[in-house]
Amino acid sequence: MIKLQIGMSDIKIKIIDREGVSHEVDAPTDMNMNLMEVVRSYELAPEGTIGICGGMAMCASCQCYVQSDHKLPEMSDDEEAMLSEAFNVKDNSRLGCQLHITEDLDGLEVELAPEEA
Amino acid sequence: MIKTDILIIGAGPTGLFAVFEAGLLQLKCHLIDALPQAGGQCSEIYPKKPIYDIPGYPEVLAGDLVDNLMEQIKPFQPGFTLGERADTIEKLDDGTFIVTTNKGTKHHAPVVAIAGGLGSFEPRKPLLENLEKFEDNGVAYMIKEPEVYRDKKVLIAGGGDSALDWSIFLADVAKEVTLVHRRNEFRGALDSVEKVQQLKNEDKINLITPAEVVALKGESHLEKVTVKDTSTSEERNIDVDNFIPLFGLSPKLGPIGDWGLEIEKNAIKVDNTYDYQTNIPGIYAIGDVNTYPGKLKLILCGFHEATLMCQSAYQRINPDKKYVMKYTTVGGVTGFDGSKKEAPKAVVKAID
Repeated sequence: MIKLQIGMSDIKIKIIDREGVSHEVDAPTDMNMNLMEVVRSYELAPEGTIGICGGMAMCASCQCYVQSDHKLPEMSDDEEAMLSEAFNVKDNSRLGCQLHITEDLDGLEVELAPEEA
Repeated sequence: MIKTDILIIGAGPTGLFAVFEAGLLQLKCHLIDALPQAGGQCSEIYPKKPIYDIPGYPEVLAGDLVDNLMEQIKPFQPGFTLGERADTIEKLDDGTFIVTTNKGTKHHAPVVAIAGGLGSFEPRKPLLENLEKFEDNGVAYMIKEPEVYRDKKVLIAGGGDSALDWSIFLADVAKEVTLVHRRNEFRGALDSVEKVQQLKNEDKINLITPAEVVALKGESHLEKVTVKDTSTSEERNIDVDNFIPLFGLSPKLGPIGDWGLEIEKNAIKVDNTYDYQTNIPGIYAIGDVNTYPGKLKLILCGFHEATLMCQSAYQRINPDKKYVMKYTTVGGVTGFDGSKKEAPKAVVKAID
């Protein structure tokens, strides 16, 4: 497992993986990371099944369901368009790659959407 | 049977650059790609996105990078088998390989270099019960022969360019075209969107938004689809002969995963201390498709891997020869097409 450099500027995020296992992880706010990259760095989903397009909102492999009521950044047109074509989309679906890790997301709870067949 | 020195699977930037490095060693290449055009993800997913970490290019559009690579390798006359997926590999007694595509095209080479990126791009299939039952019985994920749909009732789902373009095209061919999309907005080219609007106004396209297909019905052949209005949750059945979901493509490692190669994290393990060879001698894996300690999925890393792979391939193909690396600034580039590029000779002239 790759250890993220843990500093003062970390937040806690709860991530439920695709097997339903819950993980509470530290995510740094000062490393220009997004949620998809946090999931990958903790290897909470197999490599090659998440972040396939690299974070350009051009695939939906990092789709997640946001379960806490944090105020999230508004969806860009790209993200909205992608989610309109993705599968397993729910009202609380977001693309992890579009959620930048900031202090506002401390305590965020998300569940990874199933892998597209 | 197509014969070549290095058979490259995947015509993305890494595979294309391998042609150049192989050419410098006088080795010929042939590339197979499941997509109908060269360039891999750069052409298929993000041709208009700028890339900032190609050495020597402060900024280059992915599509332009592919165009440049094609230009760079032109003197080495690579062959292409496009729109076909490499399906099976067979190792012959002499250590060479035969790779056969899903369309039966056979390729014979002493060296195989897998530059498959994330895998081959396959159509994304909607999650519908009994979808498979209707595949080739009314359901198709791509349109190969538009004439098949003449005078048929066709329902297309999707909101991108291919859904729009095919709806427009089939409006003149099919008896009835229905376009279903989950949103009211489409994300295709503006003139395609306008054209669909116009055809809708002329009642040539039946547009249903925001809606999605939720069920398929029929005995052996597709007869009806159930379309659900996603704002009201109301459902209705529509009589159709064909349902064409066009939800784009997603990459799958696919049949390469069954070639007996060591796979880790959806990638092929290679020897990064030497030549990016896999556990099967003669088969290499370069670019995003491989993995090793410290692997970075970057185009520039793929270029490096391709270069070292070619050196090893040369040794494998010419075990008795010793190759001395030559700089292109010294040796120039001599193409298989007879072209020759080299640095202009400096004029030596005495000063009186």
